[in-house]
Amino acid sequence: MLAQQFLNAVSLGGVYALFALGFTLVFGVVNVINLAHGAVFMIGAYAALEAVLLLRVPLLAAMAAAVGVTACAGWLLDRFIFAPLRARRAPHLAPMIATIGAATCLTSLAEGYFGAENLRFPAQTLPVETVSLAGVSITELELGIILLALALMALLLWGLKQSRLGRALRAVAESPRAAALLGVDVEGLFRATSVLGAVLGGLAGVLIALYSNSVFPHMGQPMLHKGIAVVILGGMGDVRGALLGGFFLGFAEVFSVAYIGSTMRDAVAFGLLFAILLLRPQGLFGRAAQRRA
Amino acid sequence: MEWLETFWATYSTLALSVGTNILLALSIYLTLACGLLTVANAAFMGIGAYTAALLTLNAGAPFGAAVLAGALLAAAAALAIGRPTLRLSGVYLAMATLAFGEVVRILILNAEDLTGGALGLNGIPQLAGAVHVLVAVAAALAILLRLAHSRFGRAIAAIRQDEIAAELLGLDVGAYKLFCFVAGAALAGLAGALNAHFTFFIGPSEFGFERAVEILAMGVLGGVASPWGAALGAALITLLPEMLRGLGHYRPLINGLILILIILYSPNGLWDLVRAAARRARAARAGTPC
Amino acid sequence: MLRLASVCLHFGGLRVLEDVNLEIPERGIFGLIGPNGAGKTTIFNLITGLLAPSAGAVEFFGERLDGQPPHRIVRRGIARTFQNIRLFRDMSARENLLVAMGGESGGIARALLAGRGRDGEARRRARAEELLARVRLGDKAETAASALSYGEQRRLELARALATGPRLLLLDEPAAGMNAGEKRELMSEIVKLEESGLNIMIIEHDMGFIMNLCREIAVLNFGRIIARGAPAEVRADPQVIEAYLGRDEESAAKP
Repeated sequence: MLAQQFLNAVSLGGVYALFALGFTLVFGVVNVINLAHGAVFMIGAYAALEAVLLLRVPLLAAMAAAVGVTACAGWLLDRFIFAPLRARRAPHLAPMIATIGAATCLTSLAEGYFGAENLRFPAQTLPVETVSLAGVSITELELGIILLALALMALLLWGLKQSRLGRALRAVAESPRAAALLGVDVEGLFRATSVLGAVLGGLAGVLIALYSNSVFPHMGQPMLHKGIAVVILGGMGDVRGALLGGFFLGFAEVFSVAYIGSTMRDAVAFGLLFAILLLRPQGLFGRAAQRRA
Repeated sequence: MEWLETFWATYSTLALSVGTNILLALSIYLTLACGLLTVANAAFMGIGAYTAALLTLNAGAPFGAAVLAGALLAAAAALAIGRPTLRLSGVYLAMATLAFGEVVRILILNAEDLTGGALGLNGIPQLAGAVHVLVAVAAALAILLRLAHSRFGRAIAAIRQDEIAAELLGLDVGAYKLFCFVAGAALAGLAGALNAHFTFFIGPSEFGFERAVEILAMGVLGGVASPWGAALGAALITLLPEMLRGLGHYRPLINGLILILIILYSPNGLWDLVRAAARRARAARAGTPC
Repeated sequence: MLRLASVCLHFGGLRVLEDVNLEIPERGIFGLIGPNGAGKTTIFNLITGLLAPSAGAVEFFGERLDGQPPHRIVRRGIARTFQNIRLFRDMSARENLLVAMGGESGGIARALLAGRGRDGEARRRARAEELLARVRLGDKAETAASALSYGEQRRLELARALATGPRLLLLDEPAAGMNAGEKRELMSEIVKLEESGLNIMIIEHDMGFIMNLCREIAVLNFGRIIARGAPAEVRADPQVIEAYLGRDEESAAKP
């Protein structure tokens, strides 16, 4: 039983971590709090669902579709909101407010187009066969989610550390001006990061949609709030923090539901968020100071 | 006069909503004016609404007392979370207030015995009339206009532009921010209490994120230059979707678009555009090249 | 008048200020110099309460300052200007000064109840006019701060600091970006202020400016005071010369 909960926590935590990674990357590099991240998450879920329903493609192809669609969303967000505000050196709060607007629009459009009801994946698309793992039975789906989330995170971490792109991203996160002087295409990187962040969010959306087998227009919102809690817990802009925070929240939620009850489940994230903000706003690993230009 | 009666029969809720929305817009104007981005006003509205409604429904309290209690409880909540939360800077403050809003909504959902949970409260006595709302709006506008043109208004504007410089000139920035936050909460609570008593029914979903976004949109649309801007923003956002037939369902979409467009094209809100146009008109009439 | 006793400031592992001891007497202009990054502005931030010391105490006319919030320290009589001008850009010159005067008569309650008009406001406006005239900005009272020239902005910042009615004025690189003529005017203005009874402490990089103006100078390097005394002594101190090695030696030799 405990092992079962443990696996639940790992898969939920993995998805939270993925989502939080997308959010924190955009904050760290583009220096924007993208409150439309939850909406992009929702778009990813719908994209995968529609790919399965309309195009009748297998799950992996549906995920690719989600990646494509959310990459576009990320591109559009940067092109039409982040970039113009950057050019104008708008105050920090401006992109925040604008992304609140974007999130509201996207959610409203989704509700108008798909309806407000909970949609489900057709039964045959979900791999529900159980596998026995160290004495615990786990569905292929859950196993797939865990493996995929962990693989993506590993890839991302490796990429950030070792690849040229990753180094360039870290340089820009540290100081865009210095990076530009070193010949880095800073605007291009901002756009790329926005795309990458959106893709991570969209993938998280697909995984959660599969995990809970439900897709509905407002699903992005509680997720966004949890993502914020995770990112603040781990420290804004810190990749390790997003990872650890995501797993921490996954575990906290699963075990509090198991032992306290599910009605206050969402409150766990907020309780944590509030506590962290009051006690140590920069989180576990956060950068307490603003970055220099 | 019969025309007026028919008009009122059809549009009373809308007209009264404009009134309470103006109060809400003023509540966020206060916080935006000193540079705070808080999205908790929907939660404060909810606190005011539920408090007042429960008092009139269950305790048979007189209307005035119930409304006052609603506003005061909202203010008390703001005071409780204000001191620690307002220490946080812009972005963290926004997120903390976002979290607070969600916590309130979840608490309302879960306290079923008291609040009716997801089903909300039904059958609230229709005690709020045009006079109440009008008086509330007029009083709020009058007070805020007076404040805006006083030393207080000047201090607030300074804090908004450069908080640290203001503190280093002797202004107790923390106290000013707390005042705006708590007063804003009281206004929002007042709006909620009044609103509950002409809409007959309230539920937790009315005081969640969508409402918070709408309030934000009204404030951003109006801008921080003047309380009149907030009133204008509230009127537009309440009336526009209704006037353009059938768009009432798309309120969230419209609010979202407004937020994006204003931030991109007129960050100081519409009131700024109005004043700029008025200036140009004056200059043109005076014959000066602009 | 102002005393820093064994003040230390640590940020994480970084030792920004280490065992700083300063006693600044009344009268006479006190200068604080040192290479970039030595911690000079940090000391100002510490005095005005933006930062709290990790150890040690700050005293002003015998009263402890450390741990107090900045707005209360200002009301005790300490005002400062900034390296990067921090005017309220959208407000007029006069309004900038009026904000500064809001602090002296007791915070928010008064501001709320007093509203506008009446003698208080009239008195304050008169004082603002006076200060503006003093820094030769009398005709720019209505101009938005952002519309002023750089030199005018610097003068306005000075006037604004004076508007708080301080007993001690902290000037952070007041001559930055000025030409020789403007510097001369600034120097005579500072001397006049000191003669009128105001205590002044200056951070500056321009050696000639500091040496001519100050009665006493302290030198900060890597967060420590390495020398202090009259300008002539400090200029000749080998440790100081070494700290500035090759950099400002030439201008230090100029009169």
